[in-house]
Amino acid sequence: MKQNLNINNLHHLYLQSIKKEKRLVRFYQILIFIVFFGFWEIASRSHWIDPLIFSAPSKVWNLFLDKINDGSLFNNLAVTLFETVLGFIIGTALGVIIAALLWWSERLSNILDPYLVILNAMPKVALGPILIVALGTGYVSIIAMGAIISVIITTIVIYTSFKEVDYNYIKVLQTFGANRKQIFRDVILPSSFPAIISTLKVNVGLSWVGVIVGEFLVSKQGLGYLIIYGFQVFNFTLIFLSLLLIAICATLMYQGVELLERKLIKDSK
Amino acid sequence: MSFLSIKDIYHVYFTKDSTTTALEDISLTIEEGEFISLLGPSGCGKTTLLSIIAGLLKPTYGEVLIEGKKIEKAKSDIGYMLQQDYLFPWKTIEENILVGLQIMNQETEQTRKKTLDLLEEIGLKGVEKAYPKQLSGGMRQRAALVRTLATNPKILLLDEPFSALDFQTKLKLEDLVSETLKEYQKTAILVTHDIGEAIAMSDRIFLLSKRPGKIAKVFDIPENLRNETPFDARQHPEYSNIFQQIWEELDKLETKPEH
Repeated sequence: MKQNLNINNLHHLYLQSIKKEKRLVRFYQILIFIVFFGFWEIASRSHWIDPLIFSAPSKVWNLFLDKINDGSLFNNLAVTLFETVLGFIIGTALGVIIAALLWWSERLSNILDPYLVILNAMPKVALGPILIVALGTGYVSIIAMGAIISVIITTIVIYTSFKEVDYNYIKVLQTFGANRKQIFRDVILPSSFPAIISTLKVNVGLSWVGVIVGEFLVSKQGLGYLIIYGFQVFNFTLIFLSLLLIAICATLMYQGVELLERKLIKDSK
Repeated sequence: MSFLSIKDIYHVYFTKDSTTTALEDISLTIEEGEFISLLGPSGCGKTTLLSIIAGLLKPTYGEVLIEGKKIEKAKSDIGYMLQQDYLFPWKTIEENILVGLQIMNQETEQTRKKTLDLLEEIGLKGVEKAYPKQLSGGMRQRAALVRTLATNPKILLLDEPFSALDFQTKLKLEDLVSETLKEYQKTAILVTHDIGEAIAMSDRIFLLSKRPGKIAKVFDIPENLRNETPFDARQHPEYSNIFQQIWEELDKLETKPEH
């Protein structure tokens, strides 16, 4: 029995079983995709659902081609993407900076604690009208919406992670006489990278919410505007087109964050 | 004048509803090149005392002098080794062992080379580019020793550095540390609750009592035991003799009525 033990062969079988599992998962993923869109199309054509309200994939696709040809889609998409990416970056960066300030001064953190709780509990999109009045109806207030929606929660999560760094790592540097800046740069920040990455992932979704709501309110251009406009003229195909584009862009942004994660967290492999 | 002198140290910890006297009237002097151990049950303030010597903690009362100068803040005179390696997981071994030099702004081609040579000497050749995760516990603690020695400290503070290792690795590392410190003529203070380790490694042992931490007794390790490596010292006939004495003394401290 023992003589028959062929390790290479077993390893080959093991690799094959992994590959097989992977293929199976991928198969079901594609199946769900096809069934969903196929059913949607058929249901719409056979009037199981109201085609006026629920549209159909073929109609969405045709509208997509039309809008690409007249150039209006690209414009709106670019505006929204620009606002979202900027809002996302500003919100996250500002959150990390405020968290760093709170870490720097424990007293400041104690003073601001109740205000952070209040600001975090408040629904940020409710600030929309005030932002528009204050910053105008341009993209500035929409970017502000995209940023403001994520900044407080980022601050809280990152600050918590700063505080949870194992004191012994700090002690190692303190024994070399490190100052606070060195401790922040060499211990606090790098050990919080995993927390920062996971907030980035959450913030991708949040900044899309902020920007779309902002565009609802401002109603000038962008995918949020297309949704509101489609609603007003009862063009639900336009709404579905915008939704699908948002889903694709948000996914791409999320993938971007994962790429950053692999670059930033070197020891995780 | 002694190399390191600790004078009348008292330390009290405050919390909202209690005060705890961690150290009481600790005075001791250490000569250059000496290896001493602070031995005591957990909660006797050993680590507090080390932190005070390292300048990480300001004592409630008393002072620590190195070559007659008062220490205010941690600086290059002192190297500290913790219970676990605490190598930064996101840095390579090379980056980890050079971190002290970088913090102190002493990284030159020369100090860099010296540190990397030390890494090789300690038996960690070829792991420079590896991450701590890829190394065994013993290897990591050795890398931590290199990190501590890199800045060329005069005094080494060892805070139970072998306690997280398995027994075999611990014995090997004791020999290595002892040998390395002798070679570079470092003064060292070891904190431990392991009687055998204290006897095997040190020249003198300070026995600390519990809450508040006080020096209960000092043991001088005989010359012929000191000259052995820690591993051989454990086999020495006199070893069990001293072990017995310290054991009894510790036992007395334990049974001492609480006040």
